[in-house]
Amino acid sequence: MPPEGWIVFFEWCEATVLGTAVRNSVYAFPLIEAVHLVALCVMGGALIMVDLRLLGLGMKDQNAGQLARLVRPWLVGAIVVMLSTGVLLFLSEAIKCFYNTSFWVKMITLPIALGFTFLVRDPRIMKGAPTLLQSRMLGSVSMALWFVVAAAGRWIGYS
Amino acid sequence: MIRSFLEWLGNTPWSIALVESYYMWPWVESTHVLSLALFVGTAIMMDLRLVGLAFQGVPASSFIDRLLPWTRIGFVIMVVTGLFLFYSSPLRYYHNLFFRIKCMMLMIAGLNIWLFHSRILTSIDTWDDAGTPPRAARIAGIVSIVMWTGVVFSGRLIAYNWFDCDIQPQPTWVNSMAQCPVDEVAP
Repeated sequence: MPPEGWIVFFEWCEATVLGTAVRNSVYAFPLIEAVHLVALCVMGGALIMVDLRLLGLGMKDQNAGQLARLVRPWLVGAIVVMLSTGVLLFLSEAIKCFYNTSFWVKMITLPIALGFTFLVRDPRIMKGAPTLLQSRMLGSVSMALWFVVAAAGRWIGYS
Repeated sequence: MIRSFLEWLGNTPWSIALVESYYMWPWVESTHVLSLALFVGTAIMMDLRLVGLAFQGVPASSFIDRLLPWTRIGFVIMVVTGLFLFYSSPLRYYHNLFFRIKCMMLMIAGLNIWLFHSRILTSIDTWDDAGTPPRAARIAGIVSIVMWTGVVFSGRLIAYNWFDCDIQPQPTWVNSMAQCPVDEVAP
């Protein structure tokens, strides 16, 4: 759990115009959530196809770096939609999130997963063919990180 | 007939155990949602190739041969977990407007897959390397993207009871589309 004092920030978030608007609408939260899910599909697909390739599965006749380059605009686009819808969802129930363990698990793993994808995995495979060991490591770490982000995200709604 | 079967199904001990379970239902539901990334995610990647919006340098057959098996694995997980979720409250889902919309879209998506495999995929040798596949393939890709997006959307909205039969009054079109037994639920 975070320092108790941070709650002031979360209260402020929940009182923002956007947070209030989403909370006061019957339809806004579910619809934003649905967009968040569609973007999850695109983001997940974009990540999984490259990760499978790195694990020696899936599109084996293609070069991993090439695949990552081709899928990049869709990955980035989907992440932008995920982040913007995610912020809206968060603002509408910031205080609930503050006391939600799954939320914090997601907030810690998300930047790690983003950093890993854009600062480690993609630069490495776009630079040239990784060794077999590197390739397997990159693919499995990426999948594991994003799995935790997604699973914790789903679990925010249950806890 | 269907209603009485679903009512019986929803009263079987396992159905009640599932809907009342503290962890089981969320686990099944989470698996259903996370598998979306594998199933719809990889399907959309292939659709983007078919529409000519991405991966233009990659042969279309590479998606069919290498990625589609993973889409199918995702599909199996979706169906199994989806059936369990339906089994947990059959009658409620049966009358849920979004569930019905989802089923219709699933059928259109299925028909689209069948047409694609029986009519369009047979000539893949002639357009395998084409950055922009023939019109029929592009249409199949667009229909697929639209339908799966709709399935995800309506699937998510099933959870909300805006149009549920036990919340009356509802507009006539809702009651007729959801086949609400209005005589029974009217106050």
